[in-house]
Amino acid sequence: MSKELIRLSNLTMTFEDGETILDNINLYINDKEFLTLLGPSGCGKTTTLRIIGGFLTPTSGDVFFNGERINDVPAYKRKINTVFQRYALFPHLDVYDNIAFGLRIAKLNEDEIDERVTEMLEIVSLKGFENRKVTSLSGGQQQRVAIARALVNRPRVLLLDEPLGALDLRLRKDMQNELKLIQQRMGITFIYVTHDQEEALTMSDTIVVMNKGKIQQIGRPEDIYNEPKNAFVADFIGESNILDGVMLEDYVVKFFGRKFDCVDKGFEKNEPVDVVIRPEDIDIVPPEQGHLCGTVTSVTFKGVHYDTIVDFKGFKWLIQTTDYCPVDSYIGIRLNPEDIHIMHKSEYSGLYGDYSSYSAEYDEIADASEEEADEE
Amino acid sequence: MKSKLLACPYIVWMILFTLIPLCIVFYYALTDSVTGQFTIANLASIGNYLPIFLRSIWLAMFSAVICLVIGYPVAYFIAQCKPTTQRFLEMLIMLPMCMSFLLRTLAWVAMLEDTGIINNLIRAIGLKPLPLIRTNGAVILGMVYNYLPYMILPLYSVIMKIDPRLIEAARDLGCTPRLVFSKVILPLSGPGILSGLTMVFVPAVSTFYISQKLGSPGTTLIGDVIESQFKTAYNPNLGAAMSLVLMVLIFICVAVMNRFGESDGEEVIAKV
Amino acid sequence: MKRVNLVITIPVFIFLYLPMLVLAVASFNTGLDVATFKSFTLSQYANLFRDQTLLRLLGNSVLIALLSSFIATVFGTLAAVGIFSMKGRMRRAVMTLTNIPMTNPDIVTGVALALLFAFTGTMLKINSILGFWTLLIAHITFNFPYVILNVMPKLQQMDPDLQEAALDLGCTPMQAFLKVVIHEIMPGIISGALMAFTMSLDDFVISYFVTGSSFITLPVEIYNYTKKPIQPKIYALFTLMFAVILILMVVMNLLQARSEKQPRLHNEKRRMQA
Repeated sequence: MSKELIRLSNLTMTFEDGETILDNINLYINDKEFLTLLGPSGCGKTTTLRIIGGFLTPTSGDVFFNGERINDVPAYKRKINTVFQRYALFPHLDVYDNIAFGLRIAKLNEDEIDERVTEMLEIVSLKGFENRKVTSLSGGQQQRVAIARALVNRPRVLLLDEPLGALDLRLRKDMQNELKLIQQRMGITFIYVTHDQEEALTMSDTIVVMNKGKIQQIGRPEDIYNEPKNAFVADFIGESNILDGVMLEDYVVKFFGRKFDCVDKGFEKNEPVDVVIRPEDIDIVPPEQGHLCGTVTSVTFKGVHYDTIVDFKGFKWLIQTTDYCPVDSYIGIRLNPEDIHIMHKSEYSGLYGDYSSYSAEYDEIADASEEEADEE
Repeated sequence: MKSKLLACPYIVWMILFTLIPLCIVFYYALTDSVTGQFTIANLASIGNYLPIFLRSIWLAMFSAVICLVIGYPVAYFIAQCKPTTQRFLEMLIMLPMCMSFLLRTLAWVAMLEDTGIINNLIRAIGLKPLPLIRTNGAVILGMVYNYLPYMILPLYSVIMKIDPRLIEAARDLGCTPRLVFSKVILPLSGPGILSGLTMVFVPAVSTFYISQKLGSPGTTLIGDVIESQFKTAYNPNLGAAMSLVLMVLIFICVAVMNRFGESDGEEVIAKV
Repeated sequence: MKRVNLVITIPVFIFLYLPMLVLAVASFNTGLDVATFKSFTLSQYANLFRDQTLLRLLGNSVLIALLSSFIATVFGTLAAVGIFSMKGRMRRAVMTLTNIPMTNPDIVTGVALALLFAFTGTMLKINSILGFWTLLIAHITFNFPYVILNVMPKLQQMDPDLQEAALDLGCTPMQAFLKVVIHEIMPGIISGALMAFTMSLDDFVISYFVTGSSFITLPVEIYNYTKKPIQPKIYALFTLMFAVILILMVVMNLLQARSEKQPRLHNEKRRMQA
């Protein structure tokens, strides 16, 4: 990748009531990179973004931009622009004036302003909307204005705070692609905040998974998904069955009283570990061919696949399969070595990855409560 | 951080011209008018004026309740109109507040006088003229007339804020229109009722002009007494003591009213 | 239900406007007694415009109302922004301070200020301190809360991101206030200013206590008049003021209704330039 642009070092944020929002964050962001801060609400991702934008001053630690410490540089002097969560378009100005706002503050001449605004309107496909009141636009259109308003200033970095949160699913997917294209075309660093793991996986070059004010893992989307560092990451990114196991030696792990071959190494002998098995990696086979056998306790049709819950000796697994297995049928499963991922034990061990209380609506309920608590 | 400083000139001003004056009221109330020595004689002599205090409170409360009884249907009616009509009616309610209340009160004098418009009409149809002016009734009428808008506007703004879905929900759950009103709308108007009552009661209990013009020497109110201490009898120390008692009294009344419910008076007052 | 309310609403409006009608009719009356209408005349209006004193008093009232509401609006708006950025106990204390003139009856506010001025007068050995300046101070004081209580809710309703967006796009905090925040709270500023102006123009009770013979406003003079038989030209003045305020209110209403519908003009202008 290209050279480093922003560095956060030992960033800590404590609010007046003593609550720690950020706990010793260390992170560098490369030029022209699409980096996503991913985590549940209250994890500190928005706070991190606001510190980079200059709207918050960290309690301790430093922010570097291009090698310069910018802790004390006010927001309006930073070559960084923001797309706000609820757009924050100026209601007293029309589309054109909203986009031209930053350029007028910078006192560019009107000809250049006009040129750049027109170009920007084309990029976000809003030609012909120049004189519309921003309050008369749809959510998606307002979103485009917000993006154009920020990008027209040609910032080095664009900060996006859950910019697609208020859009419906279909529009959100379209905008994801569009944003990625804009980022590549303009060659600007994007720092993107979201709690939607799918969005993060789709768009990012690098994902930073955060929880409780700490960075849990930094990596490419594939690495984050395939090689989660701990039970939190494994559970937050996609669905995971997480089991207690013991690493007998390199490439051999034991769980459910059985040895399995795996592809991980570098653990201590007989170290207790967390074993992650993704529900879509599990092959269903007749019981006599299975490594493990269990009884199906529930099946939910999901469109592309069935969510099948299988009881293995009292521990329930989620299996995503296109094969329909009726409730109460006795089935076997096979695990290939590359389907098994081993993690060190962490503070999150035992908290995630058990589907005993699984219900089809479970995720949605969790999402709803997240939305409500979405004030960081 | 810095923007807090913007309030500084204001805070200094308000301390100089509201807090300190109140302290000076205290000071005058507790000193002798001639010698300037500390005394509680001013406060003690207020006992003589107890009937006047009681009459002021009684008349003001009665007026506030009448304002509520006739103001609520008006506010409710306006709230149910179309937006353009609403704006127009709201304006009609506010307009009298902008006109000289002295002259509007005088107009009532002209109507209620023994040889006034109403008695002229009564005489014209051959009946005996009624004693209208210089009665408690006339004073209450003057209070209701002057302060009714202060009741209607907060009520109106509170009723307007009631979510229409709540009314639909109540209907859905089986409420008749009458029940919707008594179980949902009326309880939710609580804050408006309280601030309306306060906003009528406070100026009514302290008025002196209305009672001077529409009342008789027998219906002297506390405001009259205070006014005369400053303008005719010239005993500012006694006047200060009475103002102090009036203030405490109003404070107690408002506190008692607010105990019936948490009102956010700030917002409602702003609307007026 | 609605019919019952209408049956009450119509008499209430009659009740509110009947006395004003009486005064308006009296302004066209040749007789001195309001109760008996003799014959129609416009001479009261002619008398009014010939009466220099009355016009000067009206000028005094307008002057005080303009000055006091302007000062209160400027400093009150700044103060509201300041108070808005405060938190907890500090904010509650300042809001309590703001509410003092609102909850105190006018007579107490008037008396308290009168005592303050009398006290300062004795201290500074000035005999007649009461006049223009004391009146102005008093009016600014009771105008402040109207401005603050109108502007604060607008600040609360404003999306806090708007100010940050302005800073983000390169505004200094001052520019952000002038270019963005002030537009958002403008309706509150205007209604606060208008309210302060009308309250000040019409104030009698407080003015009565804090002004002396050197500077008298119209309401105070009217009070002095009403101790003697009243001159009918006052009715003419009242009727004129009623007409002016009515027209102002109707115009404002129409403007408000229109601004909610029409696209704004300057957009059109820019399109022409392009």
